[in-house]
Amino acid sequence: MKSVKLDQVSKRFGKARGVENINIHIKSGEFFTFLGPSGCGKTTTLRMIAGFYYPTEGKIFFDDRDVTLLKPNKRNIGMVFQNYALFPHMTVSENIAFGLEVRKLPKAVIKEKVERAQKLVHLDGYGSRKITELSGGQQQRVALARALVIEPDILLLDEPLSNLDAKLREETRVEIKRLQVELGITTIYVTHDQHEAMALSDRIMVMNEGKVQQIGTPQEIYNRPVNHFVASFIGETNILPAVVKEVSGESVVLEMDTGIRLIALKKNCAPGMELHSGKKVLLSIRPEIIELGEGKNSFEGEIILTEFSGVSINYLVKVGNHDVSVMIINTGSNISQRGDKITLHVPENGIYILEQEV
Amino acid sequence: MSQNTSATVKEPLWTRLTQSKYFVYILISPLIFILLGYVIYPLYKTFVQSVVKTDGTFSLSNYIEFFFSSTGSTANVEALWNSVYISVISVISCAIVGVTMAFLLERYEFPGRRILSVLVLVPMALPPLIGSLSFSFLYGESGIFPRLFQAIFHLDKVPFSLSGIWGVIIVHTFTMYTYFYLSASAAIRGLDPSLEEAATSLGAGRFRIWTKVILPMLTPAMVASSLLVFMISMASYTAPLMFGVERTMTMQIYLSRTNGNLDMAATQSTILSIVSITFLIIMKWYQNRRNYQNQSKGIGVHRTEVRNPFVKYISMILSFLGVIFLLLPILVILLISFSVDGRWTVQIIPTEYTLQHYVDLFTDTRTWAPIWNSIKMSTIAVIGNIIFGVACAYAMVRLNFKGKTLMDILIMVPWALPGTVVAVNLIAAFSTPNVFSFNQMIVGTFWILPLAYFVRQLPLVFRNAAASLMQMDSSIEEGALSLGASWWYSFRRVVLPMMMPAIFAGTLLAFIQGFGEFVASILIYNVDTMPISVAIWQKLYAFKFGTACAYGVLQILVIIIFLLISEKLNRGSNTTATM
Repeated sequence: MKSVKLDQVSKRFGKARGVENINIHIKSGEFFTFLGPSGCGKTTTLRMIAGFYYPTEGKIFFDDRDVTLLKPNKRNIGMVFQNYALFPHMTVSENIAFGLEVRKLPKAVIKEKVERAQKLVHLDGYGSRKITELSGGQQQRVALARALVIEPDILLLDEPLSNLDAKLREETRVEIKRLQVELGITTIYVTHDQHEAMALSDRIMVMNEGKVQQIGTPQEIYNRPVNHFVASFIGETNILPAVVKEVSGESVVLEMDTGIRLIALKKNCAPGMELHSGKKVLLSIRPEIIELGEGKNSFEGEIILTEFSGVSINYLVKVGNHDVSVMIINTGSNISQRGDKITLHVPENGIYILEQEV
Repeated sequence: MSQNTSATVKEPLWTRLTQSKYFVYILISPLIFILLGYVIYPLYKTFVQSVVKTDGTFSLSNYIEFFFSSTGSTANVEALWNSVYISVISVISCAIVGVTMAFLLERYEFPGRRILSVLVLVPMALPPLIGSLSFSFLYGESGIFPRLFQAIFHLDKVPFSLSGIWGVIIVHTFTMYTYFYLSASAAIRGLDPSLEEAATSLGAGRFRIWTKVILPMLTPAMVASSLLVFMISMASYTAPLMFGVERTMTMQIYLSRTNGNLDMAATQSTILSIVSITFLIIMKWYQNRRNYQNQSKGIGVHRTEVRNPFVKYISMILSFLGVIFLLLPILVILLISFSVDGRWTVQIIPTEYTLQHYVDLFTDTRTWAPIWNSIKMSTIAVIGNIIFGVACAYAMVRLNFKGKTLMDILIMVPWALPGTVVAVNLIAAFSTPNVFSFNQMIVGTFWILPLAYFVRQLPLVFRNAAASLMQMDSSIEEGALSLGASWWYSFRRVVLPMMMPAIFAGTLLAFIQGFGEFVASILIYNVDTMPISVAIWQKLYAFKFGTACAYGVLQILVIIIFLLISEKLNRGSNTTATM
């Protein structure tokens, strides 16, 4: 298994900027995810690692080897494409055998490896089927087997679950994680789905508009987002403007434009941020952190929307001129309706302070 | 770090060359050479011939002569006017017939619909010469029907007959309405019935739905077909030849050449080329605009069933007549192919029959020679078309280079050019040895014919191959590369096998074009290279109708068989390619 390093990598398409200045070091055996909205440059970055694009600037290393300009067929990578890119004129086993035939392995070895790969993805007995006779999920697994059978140094997955229905997606997600852990293969995964990213990854790189926003473990990214974009892209959150009134010891006093004063913990602010009295900031408060009733940091609001989802009750509450989402775990208690006044409070550990961006 | 940079420098020259952004131009240079040599250069040579006098000075005198003849002859202007007139009327009549047929067959269920919807494509199976010939046998001055009516009603003269410009227009309508029929029925099938339902739910009546929803959505298909039929009518040569209309552009070119007035032939060719290429460009431009088809998938066409017993009865009779009318051209050729040569004179139908012509086709060496010539020459041309078509399709779809639009138009130019013009151009270009003929004399030799066929069919394999490549997601090729395959390996094992059905279908189409080719051949053949269509023409001239029609039946059979195979292949490839 190899490590992957991107050193100051940029890619421009004509005048348009693809991605800018990417620096990452993916460790051997790591499950690493590029996460971001469509057009953020995650697929571009993946395709540079695969060799389908060459960087305009910067270098790419597999372990210590510079592969920046190496052709894709010399990289020994396994790639699963969004549409699987299976060869429709070949059977399942012919598809899986393709990469082994390219490597000119003896027939007997190929046969044995293909059978093992089919077993690995639970497709034994499907060898002579045509690709068109398979369901989406089965095609997915052929694509995975075809990529894994060549024993690649790195496995690249480009939104592999996006063409599957919800239930199958969950099953396949578990399957991918199981295979990755068992084989210990360095894996780079591209997705726009934060749930997928959180569930699968050792580390995540969040991207937006061609730039890296944050690299970190799922917990770091969820709990300690570096900016407004990451905070609102990962999970749901309320972003509210506020002004720092007082910094004393461990805590910070903040005042929202509605006059509500909140006390937060100083350590819960974006990395490298300086807090001083009078500074304008943004607060990120996750809906599930907000609690019902009186308490520290309490405020009032009026319900404008009630949504019952079974597990939880979601309210949209008008607080001053802000709409605040609140998620209350369903414990069978009464549900308030539109127009009801409601009192809420936020534990001081639940307020996260972000830089106000221009 | 320094160690790594030195590794990059050590990349062999070849690798650095292939990574250069100009490398693609090296790859496409053979394609450019072919287009330049066999499309542009011949066009240019003809143009030069039309504006440069024998003493080498530039002069527009030929063009002045064309429009304002010094001898007071208005033949040229009249020919241009006639060609345009015939083409416009052909477009209108083809549109009426084609669209009506499409609506009847796609939207109504009536007795005889199924058989009609198959036979409606019969005109496509007729090579141009055979189409005109059959109409002249059936409805011409000495044709079967005029004589039949003359006999029934004991008239002195035939009561009606197809001749002149109207003969040409009727043959055009019969042979070209299929272009309208095919595009209109595809468009109608592509119309989502829910659109009509939506319009109804919004309160629109039948009339409003037709004028505001259905017709506007058919417009793109109609405009494209109109341009196409106009172009083909302008290029038409066999129908005017058969009905003796000398005043059309193609006939004028032919006459100028046979009269030895080569400069005027070049002038006429250039003028006709300009018209055709203009239409081609308009067509390309129009096709690139939005079209409305296929916005939703899985549409069920609902056909209105004809229930009224009276209408049902009428439609049955009309369908029957339609079937007869569509089949008659083939039947008449078949009938006459059994007639004894030289014995059919004033009778309604031939009176003496024989199988000898069919025996001769394959046993008499002189009768067999044109067949063998056509097979040889079409095969050579088609092999060229396959290589060029596949390479060009790959370049156009997968590679990135400047000048793609221009290249696209250049590939389509030979298809827009009338066969007569292609022949004149090739004669102008290759009557002396040059680099594109590899320093050989090729006019007057065997090779000029396959070359003409190659040029005329240039777009055929290309279009099919390009369409199948466009359907193939580029990630399939990337998939092969990521598994370690080289470009050539993935092309051989993945891309080519997937394109195969489309290439094969295009190949069959190209072959039958070559096998039926007449228009260009008649200007460039010699005694040893006479193709089958020219042989038919000569037999007609010698009143050997039986032999001529036996050749014709052979052509029709080959075409029908090949069309069926290609149809089947197209269907097969569609199901796998949309995976």
